[in-house]
Amino acid sequence: MPLLDRNGTKIDAWTRSEGPAIGNLSQALVPWEALAEALPQKTRDQRIGVIVPNTVRIAELKLVLRQLSLVAVAFPAYSDGRGFSLAKHIRNHGFTGTLRASGPLIADQFAYALSCGFDEIELPDTLAARQPVEQWLKARDLISHGYQRGYGDSRNILDQRRAARAADQVRAS
Amino acid sequence: MAAVPKRPPLPAILLANDLLDGDVVFASGGATDAIVWTRDPALALVATDDAAATVLESFAAAELAGNRVVDAYLVDVEIQSGAPVPRHFRERFKTLGPSNRPDLGKQAGDGIENGRRA
Amino acid sequence: MYRYDEFDERFVRERVGQFRDQVARRLDGSLTEDEFKPLRLKNGVYLQLHAYMLRIAIPYGTLSSRQLRQLALIGERYDRGYGHFTTRQNLQFNWPKLRDIPAILDLLADVEMHGIQTSGNCIRNVTADHFAGVAQDEIEDPRPTAELIRQWSSLHPEFSYLPRKFKIAVTGAEHDRAVIKAHDIGLRLRRHPDTGAVGYEISVGGGLGRTPMIGKVVRDHLPKGDLLAYLEAIMRVYNLEGRRDNKYKARVKILVHEIGAEEFTRRVEEEFARLDGPSVNADPAEVERIAAYFAPPAYETLPETSRTLDAMKAANPAFARWAEVNTAPHKAPGYTALTISLKPLGQAPGDATSDQMRLVADIADEFSHSEIRVTHAQNLVLPYVRQRDLFAIWQRLGEAGLASANVGLITDIIACPGLDYCALATARSIPIAQAIQQRFADAAREAEIGALNIKISGCINACGHHHVGHIGILGLEKRGIESYQITLGGDATENAAIGEILGPGLPAEEVPDAIERIVGVYLAQRVEGESFIDTVRRIGLAPFKSAFQEAAHAVA
Repeated sequence: MPLLDRNGTKIDAWTRSEGPAIGNLSQALVPWEALAEALPQKTRDQRIGVIVPNTVRIAELKLVLRQLSLVAVAFPAYSDGRGFSLAKHIRNHGFTGTLRASGPLIADQFAYALSCGFDEIELPDTLAARQPVEQWLKARDLISHGYQRGYGDSRNILDQRRAARAADQVRAS
Repeated sequence: MAAVPKRPPLPAILLANDLLDGDVVFASGGATDAIVWTRDPALALVATDDAAATVLESFAAAELAGNRVVDAYLVDVEIQSGAPVPRHFRERFKTLGPSNRPDLGKQAGDGIENGRRA
Repeated sequence: MYRYDEFDERFVRERVGQFRDQVARRLDGSLTEDEFKPLRLKNGVYLQLHAYMLRIAIPYGTLSSRQLRQLALIGERYDRGYGHFTTRQNLQFNWPKLRDIPAILDLLADVEMHGIQTSGNCIRNVTADHFAGVAQDEIEDPRPTAELIRQWSSLHPEFSYLPRKFKIAVTGAEHDRAVIKAHDIGLRLRRHPDTGAVGYEISVGGGLGRTPMIGKVVRDHLPKGDLLAYLEAIMRVYNLEGRRDNKYKARVKILVHEIGAEEFTRRVEEEFARLDGPSVNADPAEVERIAAYFAPPAYETLPETSRTLDAMKAANPAFARWAEVNTAPHKAPGYTALTISLKPLGQAPGDATSDQMRLVADIADEFSHSEIRVTHAQNLVLPYVRQRDLFAIWQRLGEAGLASANVGLITDIIACPGLDYCALATARSIPIAQAIQQRFADAAREAEIGALNIKISGCINACGHHHVGHIGILGLEKRGIESYQITLGGDATENAAIGEILGPGLPAEEVPDAIERIVGVYLAQRVEGESFIDTVRRIGLAPFKSAFQEAAHAVA
């Protein structure tokens, strides 16, 4: 399935494993149900990622976050926005690995996904064919800054206004 | 992609909204003509049997896929003075316009005199 | 009122560009209709029965005369010369073409307006008390809060794909004119009983629709500076835990109901405690910046009451009646908040023609510091009127058919567009409103009946607020014809209550008789000075039910 990040298409270095067996895969992506069994098999050179449903409880997920290099949040439909809040939860719990949104998102959600802490989007083939990467990159930049603080944009409107006020004060003094 | 919904009792006509304009349009045309959209409900093609209804459904599916119309579906009608009239009051309003504003909509000839064929 | 700075301006312009791009991608097939629909809805574009509809945001119901003139222009250039003011203080046009909507949005952006989040499963346009800033019973102006929320909720990265729509209302007064208890979140500015500090009482889980509920208080007193962090906590809990398996159970009211207000509050407070407030909240200087735009105008020093007004009233009983019914007490001596009724006999409730909009804009320029408000009852307000100018305004309004003296009375009916326009409706609303207006057209009789709110919805979604009408009317379809269910005892104020069903549904032509009977019971039973709703509360539903059932020829 096609993968893209904020700069465009990228190669997926992760290999999905159906169950807990990760063999000697260097980067193994396992389902959430298999994670508890897969983690003890991990060698020092191996990296493990997990695919979680968007209904996973953060209280459970946070216990294993430090052992994970990637968390892929499943989006069953573009209209199901739980993944955006789950991403915020995962980042708020200090996860610094790769955060992936996996499912039929649309280009118009790209900026939102990045703002909520996702690094990359994994799309079904049909959707990627209908909305090629150029559309995603264009959609990413259509709104240059939002109003919300705490969503990864240090140049959000509220902080730009604050900076302008501070500059005015310096000038006035 | 929105599919064409379940077939109502016959006779029936096919209506939809034009994607760019939003106007209510009706599938029109004779047995030998190609089907086209019209804004005039009086010109709607009436399907009286399953074969004719299937033709309208295929046309609807193609037009939805071609991004020319939205919300296309068959509506059961009765024939009054030679013209099809939807049995359900909701669909009747779609062929007329707002009941509180007889000066607006198809009942006022909106989009009909100047454009029999969309 | 608030004015855009360079950031707001760019944001709205970019949003128009984004929509233009979305329309183009719909036409070339990049976006399917299923994908495009929520995108267009989030910009206020519906597909209705006869045409597209564009709902334009009028944030917390505040408009300038310049904006109203632009709406008049759009109505003429791209629509049919009229617009419809809604129960969420917005304006909608019923006939725009999708191909024209980007151009319409350009015209709106020219006057600092947009259609952002007037529909869709996101945080909707914020509403507020229409007498904000001028009401005598106000503790603090709710508009700075509403504007802060408008900005914060616009294109929110996390909360744009919620389980369902989400409505927030704010009031700063003792009397609730913003129906806050029927909102997903209702905010009431109040003074702390001990410290005197102004903060927010926060209710969650109110709403009308299929399962009407009154909001529950989750916080008695939130410090003002914590607002955005607290809202973020509520929204995150809802976004993750609100039901998505059934559209009719997806509003936050169902979550609050299912897990209980206490458990909901616990989860919100837990998330709020974990949030880093300072990194989320607006800094106090930003709140001050916004608040400064809502400073009161330079009022003239006037006596408490105008002798000119008194003289005009004495000389002209029709004017006197209008001046009494359509005005509200004002903070500033000698001023009044004037409501212009959009419910003249025979017109669709809330409709205004482009000419009428221009007239109101002209009057606002001359007499009300160029400002207009839209009420959730689908009327307009001139908030800063000198009492002595009322007569001149009345004359001008009268020429345009806008001088109905019926605000808050039985013919001041709230009605959604219903099946005359709306694709979701199950029955018509407008003709029912018109028939009731016709029945109660006699001004003396209307005055005798006094305060009575009739609210009509053309489907269970309850855009016409029927649940909280003193008399509510819900239009449904029953066996192929329109059928109207009547409820009694609803209340949209601080005494919020959901009305109870009186009996089986009626065919349209029997509705005016049924209302007549209900009013008859009230007139026979009321004690001196008692309003309709007070009589209903005192004597209960039973007498009304029996009168109703005698009359009712239910839809079999």
